[in-house]
Amino acid sequence: MYRYILLLVAALSIGHLSAQEAKATPGAFALVDVDIHTITSGVIKGGTLIIRDGKIAAIHEDRQTPSDCQVVECAGHSVYPGMIDSGTGLGMKEVGSVALTVDRNEIGNFTPHMRALTAVNPNSVLIPVNRVSGVTSVLVVPTGGAYPGTASLIHLHGYTPDQMAAGYDAVVMNFPRTGKFGSWDRRKEDKIKSDDEKKLKEFDETWKRARQYAKLDSAGQRDQLAYNPEMDALLRVIKGETALLIEVDREKEIIKALEWLETARIPNAVLSGVAEGWRVADKIHAAGVPVIVGPVLSNTYRDYDRYDAPYANAGKLAQAGVLVAIKTQEEENVRNLPYHAGFAAAYGMGKEEAMKAVTINPAKIFGLDDQIGSIEVGKLANLYVTDGDPMETATQVKYLWIRGWQVPIDSRQIRLYDEFLERSPGLKK
Amino acid sequence: MKNILYTLVLTVALAHLGESPLHAQLYEDNLLITGATVITMTDEVLEDTDVLIRDGKISKIGKGIKVPSGKMRVIDASGKYVMPGIIDAHSHLGIDAVNEATNPVTAEVYTGDAINPYEVGLYHALAGGVTTSHAMHGSANAIGGQCETIKHRYGEVDPERYRMEGAIRTIKFALGENPMRVHGMGSRIQPATRMGMEQVFRESFAAGRAYAAKWKAYNNQKVKTGPAPAYDLRLQTLADILSGEVMIHCHSYRADEILMLMDVCKDYGIEKICFQHVNEGFKVAPELAEFGAYASVFSDWWAYKFEVYYSTAYNAAILAQNGVVTSINSDSRELIRHLYHEAAKTQKYGGLTDQQALEMITINPAIQLGIDDRVGTLEVGKDGDVAIFSAHPLSIYAIPEYTVVEGRVVFDRAADPADMRLRINPETSFEDGYREHEHSDHRCMQGVEELGLFLFTDHKH
Repeated sequence: MYRYILLLVAALSIGHLSAQEAKATPGAFALVDVDIHTITSGVIKGGTLIIRDGKIAAIHEDRQTPSDCQVVECAGHSVYPGMIDSGTGLGMKEVGSVALTVDRNEIGNFTPHMRALTAVNPNSVLIPVNRVSGVTSVLVVPTGGAYPGTASLIHLHGYTPDQMAAGYDAVVMNFPRTGKFGSWDRRKEDKIKSDDEKKLKEFDETWKRARQYAKLDSAGQRDQLAYNPEMDALLRVIKGETALLIEVDREKEIIKALEWLETARIPNAVLSGVAEGWRVADKIHAAGVPVIVGPVLSNTYRDYDRYDAPYANAGKLAQAGVLVAIKTQEEENVRNLPYHAGFAAAYGMGKEEAMKAVTINPAKIFGLDDQIGSIEVGKLANLYVTDGDPMETATQVKYLWIRGWQVPIDSRQIRLYDEFLERSPGLKK
Repeated sequence: MKNILYTLVLTVALAHLGESPLHAQLYEDNLLITGATVITMTDEVLEDTDVLIRDGKISKIGKGIKVPSGKMRVIDASGKYVMPGIIDAHSHLGIDAVNEATNPVTAEVYTGDAINPYEVGLYHALAGGVTTSHAMHGSANAIGGQCETIKHRYGEVDPERYRMEGAIRTIKFALGENPMRVHGMGSRIQPATRMGMEQVFRESFAAGRAYAAKWKAYNNQKVKTGPAPAYDLRLQTLADILSGEVMIHCHSYRADEILMLMDVCKDYGIEKICFQHVNEGFKVAPELAEFGAYASVFSDWWAYKFEVYYSTAYNAAILAQNGVVTSINSDSRELIRHLYHEAAKTQKYGGLTDQQALEMITINPAIQLGIDDRVGTLEVGKDGDVAIFSAHPLSIYAIPEYTVVEGRVVFDRAADPADMRLRINPETSFEDGYREHEHSDHRCMQGVEELGLFLFTDHKH
């Protein structure tokens, strides 16, 4: 018996030493005496939240400990729905300056068929470092040319991209940006003009071709055409099977994008970036298009903008009635999502709306509000427990669940802290 | 004659400018802040307290200070928080040139020769409570240029007015990937490795020591027997490092290279050094503490290159708990806007106290820049540099409302117009006047790109 215990201890410690971080555990859990911040229907003080089969199985206003559940004492703590970052490269980039570890940017200007999901590394060291801050889902977005690829929403736990896929894809389109790019843009006036004309012509041609392709498709003639994965990607956009994520920042291009959307009748489109959205908030609201704003923590778009324009942008759009989600546009520091939301909250959006912009609002934009974005019975158990307001910097995340798996609060950065806070040996040899 | 006329006109015009009401306003330096929660950074938080600034210096901190007679602005700060102006020990704001990336050793150049008072980013820094910054040379060279500590006296257009008088002289060093990439990979000269890095320092210090010895011998001659040694600013600066007159601020990441430079410094009797970025400082915190080296770090930046892959956001806390004087810096036009928030991250990552967290952006960077007798705490006699927040500055919801440099309100959230540029670039059209600095947000390697030595993408620092 003693030998078995020794073996067990040895096995556990080897596992601990060799693993990147501790394994997640599935099962049924009862989070008791916890303040439940549902987002969509207020706060339940000192209630119980039951997790079973990967979902939120029940919510009680009192303490309940069903016999099949592992009880997690949460007195004084709060549980929130996992945060959703609506624009990142998490899992697609490991080390920024080492090009061969960066998979966001394929060669070519027209590559809408490049799938971000294909290049997500489920074992990236960056994923645990970021999810322990309560971000449970991120949109992974390819970058680069005019149509860099297809973005996907993923949950931040799983061993294959398919396990992580959340069920939302969007073809990314960088809306053509015209004119001078700034004082560092050294192109001559006529060169700028000809570049712009070419860009806009290409844009029109692309969608004309896509419409033609869709016509052939609906006439049952697509099989007769050569393999054309690029057009297949746009076809899915036209049919509404895939969303269209339009990256656009500048006032005049936001207006142009809205005008284009009105005639293009894309069933599922969202604007992303939208740095100057505050200048045209009413127009965006009138068009009924949702937006993904961010990064909130950024410089002003123009040198003469009020210094806090980037902080106030999300709030101004929300006030105009636009459905707003917030993104960090980060890879290694997606963990700062609550702070981007916090700055938006402080500069006019308010705490409640800012929290929605990283939970239920993106869930709605992605058509997944029956699954994520709030604490409701039947939704996925993407949850985290904190000792305070998630947007406050000092707040600690105590527990984390992703699709019902309890994910340990563990990452390489935490392990380095544990090892080096009191290094041993210290100064002696 | 024509020239004389021009000169005359110019002189009269300038003299006139000096008397304009705007000018008078710029030199306003008397201020009374009343009823605030005052975080002095001397381990005291004083409730319902007033701070009086006279002639640019803090003259009184206490309750119920009467409004003195004479010209005096009064800010009612009841319900608000007052702290010392924030100090950034690593920035490239307010200078027109960052990297002289033409040689592994460029100790002769000086960012103070390239001060640009027109950079609106200085105002944005003030809007984040930052009143002083260390305008550093970049990290392209093993031994880069000398740096300037600047006061954010935004509104002034004379570059001289930005220098912080009395600040110690500093110089930028750099270890690891940046100088190896620029010189080793880019120009195929030493240093291409961390071995080569060490020898660049040893060779330079040896040359500086020989140069100093030559001058000493010459100066000691009562009767000069020959000509003076040739003056060489590069060697003179290296000699000034050895004599302790110029302090090293060294861009660094990996533990091994940090240890290497401390060893070289020991061999040359250099006692004061501040490591910048120093992402792996936590691995050698006991050695840094023993040496008495300082550390100026990012709150949470990592993974942008290989030498910061094994980083942890707990770095600042580990260093502080091991007794290293540690600051949190920006190195970024964006991050400098919210250093108070970056400091708060030491509470998330390592549970530091309010005092410890705020030390990282006040008195600790002041110590690292040798200006702790002037700024970094609120004490009578120190400079009247103050940031006033709507809530506790470590709260995410805190909004800087006023920033004061030497008694003058240089940021006033309620009163300032949106456009705070001091000069409009005539090449900028109205619509496209945006993101002037889009190219250069992260500027540790600015100036390298133009030389065609920028060999990698996605670079931050």
